[in-house]
Order: sequence, then C-alpha cells, then structure tokens
Amino acid sequence: MADELFFKPIAELGALLETKAVSSVELTRAVIARTKAVDGRVRAFNSYDEADAIAQAAASDVRRAAGQARGPLEGIPIGLKDVISVAGQPLTASSKMLANFVSPYDATVTAKLKGAGAVIWGRLNCDEFAMGSSTENSAFGPTVNPWDLTRVPGGSSGGSSAALAAGEAIATLGSDTGGSIRQPAALCGVVGLKPTYGLVSRYGLIAFASSLDQIGPFARTVEDAAIMLEAIAGHDPLDSTSFKADVPDYRAEAKRHQGPWRLGIPKEYFGAGLDPEVNAAVERAIAFYRAQGCEIKEVSLPHTQYCLDTYYIIATAEASSNLARYDGIRYGHRSKEAKDAVDIYFKSRAEGFGPEVKRRIILGTYVLSSGYYDAFYLRAQKVRTLIRQDFLNAYREVDALLTPTSPVPAFKLGEKSDPLALYLCDIYTIGVNLAGLPALSVPCGFTAGGLPIGLQLIGQPFAEANLLAMARVYEQAHDWRLKHPVLP
Amino acid sequence: MNYEAVIGLEVHIQIKTHSKVFTRVAAGYGQPANTLTDPVVLALPGTLPVMNKAALDAIIKAGLLLGCEIAPVCKWDRKNYFYPDSPKNYQISQYDQPICLGGSVEIELPGPARNVMGEHKRIPLTRIHLEEDVGKLNHFATESLVDYNRAGTPLMEIVSDPAMHSADEAFAYLTSLRATMIYGGISDCDMEKGQLRCDANISIRPVGETKLGTKVELKNLNSISFVRDGIAHEIKRQIAVLERGGTLVQETRDYDGQTGASQSLRSKEMAHDYRYFPDPDLMPVKVDEAWQERLRAECPELPFPKQRRFAESYQLPYTLTSVLVWDRTLADFFESTVKLVGPAKAQAVGNWITNDLLRELGAAHLEIAASKVSPAHIAALIGLFDAGSVLTNAAKEIFIEMFATGDLPGAIADRRGLRAAPTDAGELEQWCRDAIAANAKAVAEFKAGKDSAINAFKGPVMKAAKGKADPKRVDAALRQLLATM
Repeated sequence: MADELFFKPIAELGALLETKAVSSVELTRAVIARTKAVDGRVRAFNSYDEADAIAQAAASDVRRAAGQARGPLEGIPIGLKDVISVAGQPLTASSKMLANFVSPYDATVTAKLKGAGAVIWGRLNCDEFAMGSSTENSAFGPTVNPWDLTRVPGGSSGGSSAALAAGEAIATLGSDTGGSIRQPAALCGVVGLKPTYGLVSRYGLIAFASSLDQIGPFARTVEDAAIMLEAIAGHDPLDSTSFKADVPDYRAEAKRHQGPWRLGIPKEYFGAGLDPEVNAAVERAIAFYRAQGCEIKEVSLPHTQYCLDTYYIIATAEASSNLARYDGIRYGHRSKEAKDAVDIYFKSRAEGFGPEVKRRIILGTYVLSSGYYDAFYLRAQKVRTLIRQDFLNAYREVDALLTPTSPVPAFKLGEKSDPLALYLCDIYTIGVNLAGLPALSVPCGFTAGGLPIGLQLIGQPFAEANLLAMARVYEQAHDWRLKHPVLP
Repeated sequence: MNYEAVIGLEVHIQIKTHSKVFTRVAAGYGQPANTLTDPVVLALPGTLPVMNKAALDAIIKAGLLLGCEIAPVCKWDRKNYFYPDSPKNYQISQYDQPICLGGSVEIELPGPARNVMGEHKRIPLTRIHLEEDVGKLNHFATESLVDYNRAGTPLMEIVSDPAMHSADEAFAYLTSLRATMIYGGISDCDMEKGQLRCDANISIRPVGETKLGTKVELKNLNSISFVRDGIAHEIKRQIAVLERGGTLVQETRDYDGQTGASQSLRSKEMAHDYRYFPDPDLMPVKVDEAWQERLRAECPELPFPKQRRFAESYQLPYTLTSVLVWDRTLADFFESTVKLVGPAKAQAVGNWITNDLLRELGAAHLEIAASKVSPAHIAALIGLFDAGSVLTNAAKEIFIEMFATGDLPGAIADRRGLRAAPTDAGELEQWCRDAIAANAKAVAEFKAGKDSAINAFKGPVMKAAKGKADPKRVDAALRQLLATM
C-alpha cells in the first residue's frame, strides 16, 4: 500500500495520518521516492530540498504526537510553482534571470500552508515568468505530460499539474493569469481552481500581470481543492488588492450544496477550433447536469471575441513594468560583459530573459508608450469592463457557466511553435481572468488516445463554495479521478 | 530690451512618517547603508506595496494648509524608467489625478528696510502629489554603490504655476512653503538631509510679452540661497544669450552652488517617455469629507495669519512679529507667556523672548524645546520687575542664571541678593535729604533751571542704597524734596 500513498487524496491521507497508520515522514519519503523515480522523465521540478522536506515532516509528526495537529493539511507534502516564494529556497520563475536567486521571505500562501502544518515540497517548473501555455518556455527545459511523455502538460503551471498527476506531490499550488492553472489541470487530468481575484493574497507571487494573477490549488479531488483553498484564502494586509471577507468552510459547503443549479452554456465557447472529442466530453457533462435536474440554458458573452486582444494588451503592459525590476543591479543575472550601469541593464536582460518574455515586454512597452496609451491600454481597460459585464449579465439568469477548459487536449511538444497558435489555447480561460471571476477545471473524461479532458465551471464573484459543490456532484458520479497515468 | 523672468518651482518634500510609504520598514536618515530596507524596498520578486495612511494624511493636511482642492480619490500610477537608484525601475507616483489641486503659497517680499514689512502676494500652485523617494548613488573611481535607505520614503511634489518673476520671489516662496510644512508637522524640511529639494523652471520674455519663452530646468538647487543665486544666475545667462543674438534651447541644467555656474545635462530630445499607467497593485482610496474634516481640525494657524493676529491683538511691532511667528514653538511660547501676564504686557514678553531668550538659545546652540526657561519663568520675572522688586540690570542677570539653571527668578534674586532696595519710603527720603544737604551748589543750579543737576544727588543716594534703589523712585523722591525747598 505504501507505494501508492502518493496517489491518495488529502482527505484519505489525513485519516491514515490521524490513526498513525502512516507518519508524515513516511508519506514524505514515499513522495520523494516517487519523484526520484519518475521526475527524470516528467521533469516537473526545478529543484527540491529533500532534507528540508523530511525535517518539516518530522516536525509535523512531533506536533501530531503532541496532539497539536493543525488541520487537514498537517503533514501533507505540497509542491509550489516556482513563482511562489519560500524563505530560504530558490525562486527562479523558470528564468535564467533568477537561476541563482534564493528568496529570503515566505509568500503569504506559503506562510499559511506552513501554518496549516503542510510540508512544503519542491519548486515546480513553469513557463518563464508564467508566460506561456505549455511549460515549453522554461529556461530549464520543458516539463512533459505524465499521460503521454511526448506531449505538453499545459502551462504555465505545467510543473504543478504534471507533478500532481505523476504522484510527485499530494497537492500543488499554481498561478493563473489567463488560464495557467485550469488549462494544465485539464491537460493532466486533475482539479485546478482559479479563485476570484482578491480572494488569495498575491504577496510573494512573482508578478506577471498584477490585475489578473491569482494563486490557486491543483488537487486530485474537488474536496482536496476545497481543503487547499480554505488554507490559502483570506485577507492579507500585505496585499492591497486582497479582499476583506470571511473564508467559509469550503469543504463542508461543497458537500452541503446539492443543487440543482441553473447552468449557462456560453455559445461563443463552442465554436471553431474546439476539438470534437473535447466537445463530446463536455456535452456529456452537460447532459449529466441536466439529468441531475439542473436547468441548462444557452447564454451569450458577446465580447468574447475581444478577450484575447484585450488580455494581451493589459497583461503585457503590466508585465513590461513588473519585470523592469529584473535588471541585474540588486540580484539575479548580471552580464559579465557589462561595462556600465546602462550596459548592465541591456546585457543582463538580453541574456537573462527568454524570447517569449522579451516579446511580451516589448509589446507591453509599446502599448503604454506616449501616443499609444489611449488607443491600446485605455481602450483595452474599457473592453475589459464590457467583458466583465457580459458575465455579470449572464449571472442574472444562471448560477454558473459550463465550458470546455481548453479547446484541445494535450498537444505535442514543439507542435505549437507559432506564439499565436499557443495564445489560442487560452481562449476559454482568459475571459475569467479579465472579469476577475472564480473558475475551476474538473476532469470530464479522456480522448480515445487516453488524454485527459477538462470541464470548466465559471462562477460568480466569491462563489467558490458553489463551484466546488457543482464540480463535486459531477466528480462523485464519475470515476475519472481514480485513473492515474502509467509511466513507462 | 527689458526682460521679465517667469519662474515655476517644483519642490520635493519628504514627509515625516515613522515607516516608508508602501511598507512597514522605518524611514530615516543617517543610518548605515541599506539597513532601512526590506523585501518591498529592495523590490525583491513577489513583493507588493501597501499604502501608509499616515503619508496620505500628511499630504492632505499639506493641501488643506495651502488651500488646495483635495481629490475625492487617491489614485496611484507607475512612472516607468530605468535607473539604479529606483529598485523597481518604476516609481509609484500620481499622474493624472494628483491628490491636491490648486491652492497657493503666501509670500512676503523683502521690505525697504529690515524692520519694515515688505509686499505680500500669493503664488498659485498647480498641484501637489505623493510619490516614493528613490535610493542614493555613491560614485567611486571604478564602481558605484547604491544605498536604498532613502528609497520608499514618502515624498510630495509641490508644483507652482509659472508665476514668479524674480529670484527674490522664489526665495520668499521656498521660505514660506518650508515654514508651512514645518508648522503642519509634515516635514522638517532640512535641505542638508535632502528633506526638501528644489528644481526651477525658468524662462525670460520681453516685458509686455504674454507668450512664455523657452524653458530651462535648473536642477540641484541644494539650499535656499542656492535657489536664489542659481535663478538669478540663470536669468542673467538667458538674457546674455538673447542679447548676443543667440537662441535658447529647452534643456535641463545642473547648477553648481560652489562655483555659481551651470552646465547642460540634457536637451528636450532626450526627454523620457515614462509610460504612466495606473498601478494595479494599489487600490484607489476614497477621501471623504469626514476624513478631510478630521485633518482640517489638526491644521495649525500659519505664520502670516499669526503675524497679522499678533500685530492686531497684542499691538506688537513688525520687528517682534517677524521674529516670533516663524518658529511655531516660539510663537506658542510667546502666547503661553502672554496668557500668564496679560496682553498689556505682550510687548515686554516679546522683548524678553526675542532679545534675551533667543540670544541665550543661540549661544547655547539649543532649540526652544530644550529651554529650561518656561513661560512661567518669564512671567515671574516680569512680575518681579513690574513690582519694582528687581531692576533692569538685575533682571538681565537673573535671566541668564534662570536660563542656565531653570530656577525661578525669585529664588535667584534672593540667592544672589539681586532684589531692589527695601521699599521703605522713609529710608529713601532720608538718603535723599542727606544727599541734598551735602551739595548746596547742585541745589542752586537745579533751582536756577539746570535739570541735569539733579543727577549729582543720585550717586550718593544709590551709594547709600548699595545700588538697590529704583532709579525712578529716587528721581521722584529727589524732585519732590527739591520742589519744597
């Protein structure tokens, strides 16, 4: 049994830990052993600190023995995307720019997980500075999809989804700016939740696009996602954009709500470019909800066609400014060729950033430039308001929206070498970030070729409990979560 | 041709808060390099700014003191530019919606003489906004080092309209603005510590012309007198260029206060595109009426209104008011003392403070807050003097000792034997009779109409009184006796 510990959900492991059938050290060792066995192929981790993890686990066992267990995450190894700060550990954003950077402080989510007794485990690969949809933009090489090692795990949080799917962590955290949690969750067959903007503190998250970024969990089950969300949510005085609200007991709430719900199907999300197998799986999920007594209603989000353009103006504008701090002056990569201060900027940034990051910095710098601001950035902000209004209008008639998470299942490494083709992967997820809404991806089947498919549920602001309940009803009636990739 | 200068000032003033403007680490001066830093100040990956409410309070108060309109929302923008003293390579500032709009600074121009009040006018303000200060670069032979202690200190930028026309006006503007900020407790405005920094925009035009001439920005005016000298120099330079038949270029010039010369730093073509946009990390903050009212209640009376009130309520001359009002503690000290002795004695209080107290403080290099002499001391001294218990010279001596020891004047007078002679009129009369009897010649002269002859009696009387007789009473007693002869 011990060798399969790493595939068990948090809730089940909690019971084993509680009855002392398993210790946190044993569980952590199992996860480490699994990682060592498979990560040479999956390449989900940028780095991990085995001794530190064991020490945390041992401390957890001491707490539990003393009757001071801190809750459902006590002793559970959790992996963090390498854009979330952990004191004393590397923080690279999968960039050469920060290859040697060690962060001196904990992100708020990290502090909260530690406070909940979790074992912080490893630094997970991602697209450089979270810019991408395939984890191929990592300066340290791509992570691959555990279901098919020739395919991408999605991105940008591909290390977080792949590690979880491969049993290299019990749960993980990622960040979602345009779909970077939900899309890799869908492509790797796990649950991924992007919370309402402001629910989870961004303090200690390397900023890509500040008004869009949110940290969220990857988990094997909806219940696990609820446990994780509860641990990391809540107001943070260190983040001005964090929302002052009480955090509900998501786990209990997710079980309490049984529906039926009024569910909207946005017609713009089922058009050209949608893979037929994905479409069919999502249609079956819709049929399931209808059979459960839910009212299914077609709705329209008329500004959907502008989402991608709007996103790539706002996100790149913010990124161009957010990434200005990586200049080789105080920390990070400094070119050895540099002759003076200006030279340090040019050469360090030229050497330290990869092509996609440079592309976005250039685009963002352009749209903010004098004479272009009104035409691009300001207009994009106006369209953003219209996009949010589309969703809020729909919510007058329905409780949530059902869509595919990604138009396609996992694609081959190198298949989408054209940046625009890759940008289209986020077409169903980007609107949610622009509107600041919560959404989750839950597994809803497999392609004939055995690749996971994700169903996206998009909720009203701060209605995470509802979303989790809806996803749970579906999840409990299906057994997708019981399937695990078999690594060759 | 006669030219008119047009001058606008951009003044940066550090706000005196305990912590920095967007993080909790302490703000301060003179600490070891890079000790007043934290992950936010150093712009480490993942850090976020959180607004310091005390800094916003202070700038709103500054706006209220200067009669500005306060914006209903405090909104933040990013000013993007690369420089090693700027840790994020953008500065959090306010672009299109400054927190304070309009307002003005009252100034007094030099009068015809030092003791005569000069002309007053108001210099209108364009705006005041809040931003964060940057770090400090230290250049060495082969390398440069950065100290981020100053980075993130709350900083206001106060922009005047181009409404001043001479170096004297600019000087008066800065003096008044500085006093206002110190009065409001907003900043100590110590220019040596960089708490107040000034750039000037200067152009000239033929008198009568309404269009503005080519603007030159003068930087590094590191003291108030450099501001005056630098502007005067720049006006002369511009006139000389035009007189020579040359043309002025829009540029930024660096003024060197030591040599009194300036040199071009950059021309307009090299101007930055700062790519301002709203900072997504900071939520706009609503500033409602109640907030403004709370701060309005904390606003002190400013120097010029105070000066007018002192002149009116206490009948004080300009020579006193112009000294008393510029230091708020001194003005408060004055009024506390007047409360104890009554407004009729205000001038005496003013004299004691401006002559004796300021002299002693100056000699001891002390601030008034550190003075052992309190309003009660001065009130007690005036009381002794008015009662005739101590005489002028004794009172002066008592003051010096009072300043040194903090003892009350009565105790000092007793201890040092400085009390005036016994007030026994009979004894005084007897001394006077003796003196008159001993000098018949002077009596005759006095009777013959030589008034000054009376002085001949005073020496012996004072001698008999061992110097402690009140000269006024001696004089009166002598005249009374002489009149009856």
